[in-house]
Amino acid sequence: MKLELRGITKVFGTFVANDAIDLVVEPGEIHSLLGENGAGKSTLMNVLYGLYRPDGGEILLDDEPVRFSGPGDAMRAGIGMVHQHFMLVPPFTVAENVMLGNEPGTFGFLDLASARRTVRELSARFGFDIDPDAVVEDLPVGAQQRVEIIKALSRQAKVLVLDEPTAVLTPHETDELMGIMRQLRDEGTSIVFITHKLREVKAVADRITVIRRGRIVGTADPSADQTELASLMVGRSVALDLDKAPAAPGEVALEVRGLGVTDADGVVLLDDVDLDVHRGEVLGVAGVQGNGQTELTEALLGLQKGARGSIRLDGAELVGRSTRQILDAGVGFVPEDRTHDALVPDFSVAENLVLDQHHRAPYATGVLLHPEAVRRRATAEVEEFDVRTGSIDDAVSTLSGGNQQKVVMARALGRDLSLFIASQPTRGVDVGSIEFLHRRIVAERDKGTPVIIVSTELDEVIQLSDRIAVMYRGGILGIVPADEDRDVLGLMMAGYTAEAAREAVAAGARTSDTTLADEGDIV
Amino acid sequence: MSTLVQDPVPVADAPVVPVRTSERLRSWWHLPTALTVLALAALLVFGLGSPAADSTTFRLAAEGDLNPGGIVPGDVAIPARVLAIVLAALCLVIAGVLWWASATVTALGRWRTALVVVFGLLWVIAFLDWAFHGATVDVGAMLQTMMVLAVPLAFGALSGVLSERSGVINIAIEGQLLMGAFGAVLVGSMVGSPWAGLIAAPVMSLLIGVLLALFAVGYRVQQIIVGVVLNVFAIGLTSFFFGTVMKQNPQMFNQPLRLPTLRIPLLADLPVIGRVLFEQNILVYLMWIIVAVLTVALFRTRWGLRVRAVGEHPRAADTVGINVNGTRWGNVLLGSAVAGLGGATLTIGTGVAFGEEMSAGKGYIALAAMILGRYHPVGALAAALLFAFTDALQLRLGTLPTGSGAGIPSQFLLMLPYIVTLFAVAGVVGRVRVPAADGVPYVKQ
Amino acid sequence: MSAPTEGQAPAVAPGTATQPGDPGTPGAEAAERSAGSVLQSIARSNVLVVVLAFVFAFVVGSVLILVSDVDVRAAAGYFLSRPGDLIGASWTAITEAYAAMFRGAVFDLPGARKVADDIAERGGSGLYLLGPAFLRGIKPLLETLTVATPLIIASVGMAVSFRSGLFNIGGTGQLIVGATAAGYVGFAIDLPVVIHLLVCILAAIVAGGLYGGIAGFLKARFGASEVITTIMLNWIATYALAFALTTSAFTGANKAQPTSPAIAGTARLPLLAGDQYRLHLGLVIALLAVVFLWWLMSRSTLGFRFRAVGSNPRAAEVAGIDVGRSAIGVMVVAGALVGLAGGVHVLGTEQRLTGSIAGSIGFDAITVALLGRSGPVGILLAGVLFAGLSTGGRFMESAQGVPIDLVQVIQALVVLFIAAPPLVRFLVGLGGVDRPRAPRRRTATGAHAAPVLAADAAAVAAAEGPAAPREGAHRAPVEPAADGGAQPPGPPGDPAEPVGPVDSADPADPAGTHSTVDPCGPDAPKGENA
Repeated sequence: MKLELRGITKVFGTFVANDAIDLVVEPGEIHSLLGENGAGKSTLMNVLYGLYRPDGGEILLDDEPVRFSGPGDAMRAGIGMVHQHFMLVPPFTVAENVMLGNEPGTFGFLDLASARRTVRELSARFGFDIDPDAVVEDLPVGAQQRVEIIKALSRQAKVLVLDEPTAVLTPHETDELMGIMRQLRDEGTSIVFITHKLREVKAVADRITVIRRGRIVGTADPSADQTELASLMVGRSVALDLDKAPAAPGEVALEVRGLGVTDADGVVLLDDVDLDVHRGEVLGVAGVQGNGQTELTEALLGLQKGARGSIRLDGAELVGRSTRQILDAGVGFVPEDRTHDALVPDFSVAENLVLDQHHRAPYATGVLLHPEAVRRRATAEVEEFDVRTGSIDDAVSTLSGGNQQKVVMARALGRDLSLFIASQPTRGVDVGSIEFLHRRIVAERDKGTPVIIVSTELDEVIQLSDRIAVMYRGGILGIVPADEDRDVLGLMMAGYTAEAAREAVAAGARTSDTTLADEGDIV
Repeated sequence: MSTLVQDPVPVADAPVVPVRTSERLRSWWHLPTALTVLALAALLVFGLGSPAADSTTFRLAAEGDLNPGGIVPGDVAIPARVLAIVLAALCLVIAGVLWWASATVTALGRWRTALVVVFGLLWVIAFLDWAFHGATVDVGAMLQTMMVLAVPLAFGALSGVLSERSGVINIAIEGQLLMGAFGAVLVGSMVGSPWAGLIAAPVMSLLIGVLLALFAVGYRVQQIIVGVVLNVFAIGLTSFFFGTVMKQNPQMFNQPLRLPTLRIPLLADLPVIGRVLFEQNILVYLMWIIVAVLTVALFRTRWGLRVRAVGEHPRAADTVGINVNGTRWGNVLLGSAVAGLGGATLTIGTGVAFGEEMSAGKGYIALAAMILGRYHPVGALAAALLFAFTDALQLRLGTLPTGSGAGIPSQFLLMLPYIVTLFAVAGVVGRVRVPAADGVPYVKQ
Repeated sequence: MSAPTEGQAPAVAPGTATQPGDPGTPGAEAAERSAGSVLQSIARSNVLVVVLAFVFAFVVGSVLILVSDVDVRAAAGYFLSRPGDLIGASWTAITEAYAAMFRGAVFDLPGARKVADDIAERGGSGLYLLGPAFLRGIKPLLETLTVATPLIIASVGMAVSFRSGLFNIGGTGQLIVGATAAGYVGFAIDLPVVIHLLVCILAAIVAGGLYGGIAGFLKARFGASEVITTIMLNWIATYALAFALTTSAFTGANKAQPTSPAIAGTARLPLLAGDQYRLHLGLVIALLAVVFLWWLMSRSTLGFRFRAVGSNPRAAEVAGIDVGRSAIGVMVVAGALVGLAGGVHVLGTEQRLTGSIAGSIGFDAITVALLGRSGPVGILLAGVLFAGLSTGGRFMESAQGVPIDLVQVIQALVVLFIAAPPLVRFLVGLGGVDRPRAPRRRTATGAHAAPVLAADAAAVAAAEGPAAPREGAHRAPVEPAADGGAQPPGPPGDPAEPVGPVDSADPADPAGTHSTVDPCGPDAPKGENA
């Protein structure tokens, strides 16, 4: 089926998310929509899927204009979507999820047998190994994504939209997904592949449309030059490297031994982790999302109850201490999700800046809060970190993502630290702020503070780190120098030990067919 | 570009998948501990608390029952202390088995539930034995009272199940019951027939349902607030009319009417359970039917699948074309109608006129029953029966002749449902899984 | 309505707060200015909504009066032949009822005139006449203040919990426990004058705090929803008091009567305005409680923590704040204040314990706190207002035979209307104000409809509903949230904009907290912000 978008415009308040976008997806092609986080890709697809009403423009399917008042209409018209955040009901089984909204059966009774059959058939066709009776919340993310694909296909989707499908996948799983995409294309399904990862686009797309700030800024062939695509995507020539002096590591400041976390159901989340971090070095933690990175940082902060093992910071044991005590010991922390884990949305910028220090001098004496001291600190930090805010009394929720991240960073870095931990320090932040934040992190390292950076963006880890630890399924697979071969890192993220990965690379294997070894990589 | 590179073969020494270990859950000791404490309490209080000389009489069959050859004995008198100690000992044995099973992570499956149920029955009999020592427990009559008291709770709890399964918190059950009771009498009196009241009750409590849906779903007001305020509203409204119109002309507006009892021949003559199950008014039969229908509907039909999806993950439901807020409206309305039937039980079901605030907290007990019943119709019914049993017990104990029985203050039994619920929500009897989107308004973009 | 210093209301003023107002985007500012015409800003104001809410509530109340009035119903019977009768009867019924309500709540003009006439007959004039007459006239007002006293104190307790994201429905229970403790110490123990009173008040505070703390503990330790536990604790306290009043320890000599002996004179709150009025020192305590609320929430580290946990418990935890301890703290403070209200009620107003000592104060306090938006000034005003409705209603009942229950209906409706400003505007035909321009629609309605009622930070958190404190898979920025993040700061991605609690429904976290009973967690995720 041919899909055409003409002049699609979507406005939120005064913000134009999509500005007169034209897009044509031919039958049986993989059309990549490339753009930075926040360029308006998902908004566009949500318009296509009937989740948002467009403020202008029209959608044509096989040259017939269509109007969708909801996702139901879009589905009936043959559009399927695999959302970035899976639209699966966790306690339902695979079969139940697949049939939801499209249930087979008579007199309103569910025909589970037929739903199971559908799941099995589609699984077999694409070589998935999905049990129709498995409960979705028990499945690994990769499998959940396949359930989403089955769900879309079971509705006879002729156009399949995949929204950032690789964010949660290992390189190996990403390869498999690309195989599936090609198979679907060869069977005549049109695919819209949304991503911000250049390598994947170049590997699988038949055509590429680049979107920036809500506008189409260009279309390209997969053969197009990578740096050209990158600058098209971010809007200016990108400084791919961070200027930083070589590290001058001092003595070991943080010593982690046998750190383990098991959740209430007995699932091992963090498995016997050993780590050393020296003064004045950045240790990067790489890995696919969900391999224990979150638990590692949380355990370091005392946020994981029942952590086993030992964490020694400057000789003092941290396991068993409260988060407050650990913070007071001089640990600065930037959590991975600022809106969820770091900021109190109703609090002002000033209040957020002292959230972890509000009980200490000079902000408080005993139970008495000193608002003037809080404001003084806020004024200084806002100045230093160039936080764009109307006033330090504005609710932090009125700030843009980049400025919110600066607030979080300023809070963590605004005092003398004995350890600095930052998770996804630049997620959802614009390019200008990324550079600034990266420089601040390196500056902190150069002050002699031991730094841990956790990021699922391999490029970010490579840029910032002096050494890289790769996490896989709750454990540390190995710690390698920052200049290790990318392919080796990729294989390690898929579960290879460093040696095995090096051997495999030496023997010619690459992490994925998406890797372009010769050129520099893009954020 | 290229073709797929040969898949790298995973290396053997890669870490294993974090699987569910067979380690004990952190809360493994909760249930055995609770049961042990209860069993010991039974031993000490019920066993040693019963005078050695007294015996407790359990009346099972009564005159005129269908009891060929007296298979079911009539009055059974047992020495109170002996019985209590034996029962408590059995309870301890069960607790021990559960200790063993939990400690060694032996899967008992359904046996576990069965053991807990048996434990409960034994414990309750021990309690009755103690509470009624020196007197007679008319088991049939007690169950009959329980059934009458359970019906409004069950209907109320079903209202909660319907609405909360779709993601709308329903604190307004109390108001819905009250409006149902009010509507049944008002319309019944005006028309002169309890059957008219039976139809009017759900319609009247729909008013509360409409307001709940309008504010909670339509205007996305905090659902707990809406519920609390609607209860105040219902009390105010019904009391206002009770104080004016109904007082001015009770003949016309507030007559004690009663739905006829429908007796199923033969079955109703069975000993102990005959009258409880087969000699009731239509509301009781309706309750059984609604529980059955709702159970099938929620878990076996398209409607139920969609309702549960809306309550768990409304956005996912929306993306497959399900009308989230429409579903919620529907369920809230349906629920309030069901609760209206429960309200009708309070008036035309038992043959009394309407009285101010006559629901007297039953809506909150229904809420508790829904939670204890884990948002499942059958569970809700079971919890309603349990709570009604304590109420029936309290009423029976009030009529004991002085000098017999353990002299338990009725207030403690009245408190019991609430205390049980406190323990339930604290997770002592296992975690209750709440619909994930319960209480979260859905905004379509 | 409340002190502006508290930064409590990003959601209150949707039109303004939701605009990020980034200095770098003049377009946004200009648009904001042009959109904010005077008329619209009035129409959007909360004061108007409050006024209209009362108007509508009283209109509904009038309808009820009419339906229940015998004369009106009679006149309606022959409406077609003499419509004037119906209108006349209706007018009489409504005006008399509401006049009686005013007379019973604020100023008793006929009473004052009667006193004046009496004195004038005896030859008095000037101040001799006006003074006593005035004092007679304001008797209802003083009675209103007396009724308002426990209501305000209890509302302050409620406000503490609401602003900390906890839905304390347990006013009744905490009130009963506080009253029982104060009452018991008051009649059963002999102590010297001032000390006795202080000990009684302390007993009320401690008892209420401990009782509230139970719910806090269950929340902190087991994650049990405080909504459910506090409701259950209400009934437990009610039956416990009923039981206590059957024991000789509480009833004293007269065991048949379920009331306690009178509070000893040494433990009573002194009267403020002489023997003819019930107004007592509790009013001063109420004022102090209001000041305490302000201090606690905006000038203490404790309140800082409470509010942080209420708004985003996860962020608070990451910043080293013990969320569990905070929950206990909130419930202890809230319970202590409500318990204090119970103590004041029994020591000042009732002067003996009865089974119905708590009356409806527990639930009324919830509505007062909501109406007062959990701010100090708001609570003071709302408390007096609702107390006035209640005393006026009582007079209306005795004078006009209109049951006081009407007041309950009116109160409930006021709160409902205030909770849904779009409904109020819709009813007066100002519905368009909510959607001045098509693109803004979502912004405006969203901001109103979400939790305006609960405009303070805490209630906002609660309003966003339960769901998971930790939404695992939810952590990556969601477009369009990410859109705003990376691009010129614009509304769509801006967390201030209540785009949708939608996402908070996303039960993406399999290991999350869905397993706990929590129909109303303040550990609600901040929905769309994720």
